[in-house]
Amino acid sequence: MAKVQGAIEVNEFTCKGCSLCVEACPTDVIRLAKEVNAKGYNFAYMFDPEACNGCSNCAMVCPDSCITVYRVKLAETA
Amino acid sequence: MAIDIKEIIKPENIVYKKSSLLTDNVMHYCPGCTHGVVNRLVAEVIEEMGIQEETIGVTPVGCAVLLYNYIDIDWQEAAHGRAPALGTAIKRLRPDRYVFTYQGDGDLAAIGTAETIHACNRGEKIVMIFINNGIYGMTGGQMAPTTLEGMKTATSPFGRDASHDGLPIKITEIVATLPGTSYVTRQAAHTANSVRKLKKALKKAFLNQKEGKGTSFIEVVSTCSSGWKLNPVDSNKWMEDNMFPYFPLGDIKDE
Ligand SMILES: Cc1ncc(C[n+]2csc(CCOP(=O)(O)OP(=O)(O)O)c2C)c(N)n1
Ligand code: SF4
Ligand code: SF4
Repeated sequence: MAKVQGAIEVNEFTCKGCSLCVEACPTDVIRLAKEVNAKGYNFAYMFDPEACNGCSNCAMVCPDSCITVYRVKLAETA
Repeated sequence: MAIDIKEIIKPENIVYKKSSLLTDNVMHYCPGCTHGVVNRLVAEVIEEMGIQEETIGVTPVGCAVLLYNYIDIDWQEAAHGRAPALGTAIKRLRPDRYVFTYQGDGDLAAIGTAETIHACNRGEKIVMIFINNGIYGMTGGQMAPTTLEGMKTATSPFGRDASHDGLPIKITEIVATLPGTSYVTRQAAHTANSVRKLKKALKKAFLNQKEGKGTSFIEVVSTCSSGWKLNPVDSNKWMEDNMFPYFPLGDIKDE
């Protein structure tokens, strides 16, 4: 079976640190940063990139459309 | 990792991105507010149906008052509760347009109850989107007709008392009894699954309008973390435990 690898990009300027994506991610990819953005929010970031499968659950629940999701099929390895 | 992240983050690998109909304006809603999710889904549905030039939205008075800043379509702003009346006028004057209203529970089920019921009873060929967060969000969290029994708000500091205020109104069930409505459903937007279902419901509602069917009415059971004084994650949990038993999700009418 071909494996997939995902990745997300979070717009850290518009993220309000609501944490809904952290809850929605089935593989615990996302955490909130210790630093804050210009509005004072701890923005979301990929803490564990390898665990991302590109399912887009995080983007589905984001109220501020901050998340872009990418996904690639990895070549099958014997 | 097996593959460099730079190899993944390329335009050809995008599986989800912000709708092109959403403007660059940063939404004014509080962090985690359901309004943002529903605003986004409305934009996605209009974009996917390719009806940007033919759609006119009507915004309410309430936290969604500035919705016209976020989705790049034509809009009108209604007086408090009057969105269904304005939507009626727009659709009757421009039957070639897709018309939808977007309202909170204070707007749709308190000050605008008459407009809601009569637009649905007349079977106006519009889509009505109803954000039920059980509170007046914009004005500081006063009791709404949809506030749950025992729920504390700025104007019910000891909790809603049914002997004094009645039980929360199920306006969605009420409009479902009216012959003018064709599709009445109650959805949520707190999980990826519920968001996908809500998007399908929204699309169906716009397609109903294309087919000339009667009013499509979509309630979204929502959170107001500021009004409820909970964080967004706990608000979702509270909604599941308390709102869903009283406002159960699912289609109520589909004709
Ligand atoms: C005629 C009139 N009466 C009262 C108000 C004050 N007011 C503004 S928003 C609002 C209630 C909004 O609550 P809701 O419709 O539930 O929307 P939310 O903010 O929760 O999304 C009220 C009473 C007003 N603007 N106009
Ligand atoms: S795309 Fe899926 S796996 Fe990747 S971060 Fe988002 S929710 Fe997690
Ligand atoms: S007050 Fe409530 S409804 Fe209004 S933006 Fe904030 S969380 Fe959303």
